[in-house]
Amino acid sequence: MNFEFSDDQKMIQDQARGFLAEHSPLSRVREVLERESLGDNSYDRDVWKGLLELGWAGVAIPEEYGGLGMGYLELCVIAEELGRSLAAVPFSSSVYLAAEAILLAGTDVQKKQWLPKVASGEVIASLACAESQGGISVPGPSTSASSTGLLTGNKRPVCDGAIADLLVVSAINANGTVAWYLVTADANGVGREPLQCIDPSRSMASLSFDHTPAEPMLARNNSNALHAELMDRAAVLFAFEQVGGAQACLDMAREYTTQRYAFGRPIGSFQALKHKMADMFVAIELARSNAYYGAWALSSSSSSLTEAAAVARISATDAYYECSKENMQAHGGMGYTWELDCHLYYRRAQYLASLLGRQAYWKDRLIEEVA
Amino acid sequence: MDFNDSPEQAEFRQKVIAWLDENVDKKASLSTGGMESEQALIEARAWQNKIFDAGWACQTWPKEYGGRGASAIEQVIWSQEVSKYPTRDGFFAIGIGNCGPAIMLYGSEDQKRKLLPRMARADDIWCQMFSEPGAGSDVAGLKTRAEKQGDKWIVNGQKIWTSQAQYADYGVLLTRTDPSLAKHKGLTMFFLDMKQPGVEVRPIKQADGGQAFNEVFFTDVEIPDEQRLGDVNGGWGVALTVLMNERLAIAGVAPNGWPEYWDMIRELQLDGRPALEDAEVRRKTAEWYVKNAGLKNAQARMLSAVAKGGIPGAEASLGKLVGAPMCQDISRYALDLFAQSGACTEEQLSIMNGQFQKAYLYAPGLRVAGGTDEVMRNIIAEQVLGLPPDVRIDKGVPFNEIQAGNQGGK
Repeated sequence: MNFEFSDDQKMIQDQARGFLAEHSPLSRVREVLERESLGDNSYDRDVWKGLLELGWAGVAIPEEYGGLGMGYLELCVIAEELGRSLAAVPFSSSVYLAAEAILLAGTDVQKKQWLPKVASGEVIASLACAESQGGISVPGPSTSASSTGLLTGNKRPVCDGAIADLLVVSAINANGTVAWYLVTADANGVGREPLQCIDPSRSMASLSFDHTPAEPMLARNNSNALHAELMDRAAVLFAFEQVGGAQACLDMAREYTTQRYAFGRPIGSFQALKHKMADMFVAIELARSNAYYGAWALSSSSSSLTEAAAVARISATDAYYECSKENMQAHGGMGYTWELDCHLYYRRAQYLASLLGRQAYWKDRLIEEVA
Repeated sequence: MDFNDSPEQAEFRQKVIAWLDENVDKKASLSTGGMESEQALIEARAWQNKIFDAGWACQTWPKEYGGRGASAIEQVIWSQEVSKYPTRDGFFAIGIGNCGPAIMLYGSEDQKRKLLPRMARADDIWCQMFSEPGAGSDVAGLKTRAEKQGDKWIVNGQKIWTSQAQYADYGVLLTRTDPSLAKHKGLTMFFLDMKQPGVEVRPIKQADGGQAFNEVFFTDVEIPDEQRLGDVNGGWGVALTVLMNERLAIAGVAPNGWPEYWDMIRELQLDGRPALEDAEVRRKTAEWYVKNAGLKNAQARMLSAVAKGGIPGAEASLGKLVGAPMCQDISRYALDLFAQSGACTEEQLSIMNGQFQKAYLYAPGLRVAGGTDEVMRNIIAEQVLGLPPDVRIDKGVPFNEIQAGNQGGK
C-alpha cells in the first residue's frame, strides 16, 4: 500500500501553489468578485492564460488528443491548489465537466476536434444540463433535439455559460431518450444571459437554443448511467477543490486566532476555539482521505469509482461548509465584513456544493452501490 | 498512489492468511464474558502462545527480545487479517503496545532479554499505571509517592482505570519522586512485580455492569532502583514515549460500531420492508458509511507513512476522537430502529445478540478511555495545529502548592 501522492506529483502541487500564490492572490479573486458587469469580464484572464501555458487544462487529457497525458492524480493535486486559492477561472467547467464528457461520450472525430482546443484553452467549454430548479445531476431535460440535430430549449444555470465557446448539452432526441450534443456558442439560435451567482468570482448564465445546429455525441442505452459516470469523475476532482478550500479556511482561522488577543490572551488559546478548529481538522482529514481514495479509484479505473466518488463528494462538501462557516465564526464581527475574505470561501463552498447535485443524491447513490 | 499491496506486501498477506486459515477455526465462537472472565484469559493466552511460537507475535521487535525485526507495515497487515478471525488478544495489547516499548527503550539489556520474550508470549501479563483518582486528563497531577531508601524505592498511593491489573505479573508505574518540583518535573517511572506484598488490586464496577478496570493500591511497596525506567524525575518524558507508541499500537483499531451496524442494517426489516428502502435510514447510513470510509482511508494514509519509517503523530488521535462518539451514536440509532425491542437486553431475544444494547452502554467509556474527546481535541489543536497552549495557573508552581483532583470534600 502506498496511499499518497508521489514526489513528482507533490512537486507539481508545489509549483501550482507557487504559481497561484503569485498570480492569483485573493486580491485578484476579489477584483473579479467585485466587478459590476457580468459576462465577458467574469473570470481572471491573466491567471487563466498563465495556467494554460503551464499545461494544466490538458494534464489528464491523453496525448493523442493534444493533452499532456499525465493522469488524474496530477489533475487532483492541481485541483486542490485551485480550490485553496479560489482562482477565478473556468477550469472546473472546461476540464472536470466538459472535457470529461467529451472523453466519455465524444466520437473519435469530436475528441480530435475539440480536446486539443480545450487542453490549450483555445476554447472554454462547459456542461449544460440543468434546467431551472433541477441540479445537473437530474436528467430528464425538456430541451429537445430534432432528427436533423437542431436543439430547442433552455438551460440554466450553466456555469461559465456566458464565456464558454463550446457546450455539452443534454436534450431529448427524436427517439425520446436523453442524449448529449456538442454546440458551439456562436451557432445559430444560441442566446445567453449572464446570471448573478452566489460566488461572483465564478460566473453563470442562462442559455437558450432555438433550432440550434448541434452534433450528437455517442449514445448509450442508458443515458442516466452516462450522466452518472460523468458525475463520478467530476465529483472526485471537485472534492480536491473543496478540500483545498476547506484547508485554506482552517489555515486562516488558525492564523487569526493566534494573533487576535482578547481577555489578555490569544483567543486561539481558548478551548472553545481550539475544539472548533480541531473539529475542522477532523472534517478535513476525513474528506482528504476520502478524496485520495477517489483519486486512486479514478486514476486506476477502479470498479470502486462510484463508491469512492460518493464518499469523497459527501465528505468534501460537508467539510468545506463546516470550515467556511466556522472560519467566519472564529473571526467574530470582522468575519462578517465584506472587507475580510471569509465570505469568499463561504460563497465558493456553496457554489461547489450546488454544482453536482444534492447531498441526498450522493447518499442514495452510495447506498445503492454498496448495499 | 496505490491502494493495493505492493507485490511483497501481497505475498506477506497471503502467507498470513494461509497460516490463519490453517490455525484458526473461523466459525469458532469465543466464550462470552469479555475480559473479566478467566476462561477468556485462558483462551487468549493459548492464542498468544501459539502465534508467538509461529513467529507472528510482536513482529517488529528485535529477534533477541522475542520478535523477528519485521517492518511496521507487516505488523499492520497481520493486525488487519487477524481481526477477521475470532481470536482474543485484547488482554495483552497494553502490555505489548505500551509497556514493551518502555522496557525496550529504558530497561537494561538483562531486563530486556528476560522480560520481553515472556511478555510477547503472554507468559507474563503487564499493565500500565498512570491515572489516579485525582489525575485523569491532567495525568501529570498524580500523587503516588516513591521515596528513595538506600538502593530501593518505597511506593505509597493509588492508581485507577488499570486494565488487566487483576491478572498482571508486572506493571509500569509512574510516580512522584519530588513534590517540591513543578508538576511535570518531579515524576519517575518504574516497573514492578505486581504479585509482591503491598500491591492490592480491586475491580471497578462500570456503568455498563462490567469490570474491565481496577484500582490498584500501594502500601510500602518496595521497588529496586534497577527497575527505574529513565532518569529520576525524568518520568514525564518516558510517559510521553510510551504514549507515542500507544498511538502506533492502537492506530486505526478504535471501535466505531460501523461493521456491526452495516451487517445489521442490510438485514433489518422495518414494517415489512428492508430498512434501507427507508429514505431517512438510507441517508443516515450513508453518512456513517462516509465517516467510516474516511477513518479507513485516513488510516491507509497513516500506514503509508509508517511503511516509510515514520511514526504516527498526534493526528492519530483522530481515530478515537471520531470512532468513539460514532459508536455511541450508531448504537443509539440502532436501538431507535428496534423500537420497543431496543430496550430489551436479553441476548437470546435481541438482534445480533444484543450487541447494540451493549454498545450503547459501553460507548460512554470509549469516549473517556485513553483520553477524553476533549483531551483529544486539545492534542490536535496544540500539537497538530500549533495553537497557543491554555493559560495554566499551575505552571512552574511546586507541585505541593497546587490543588489537584476533586476538592469537593467527598
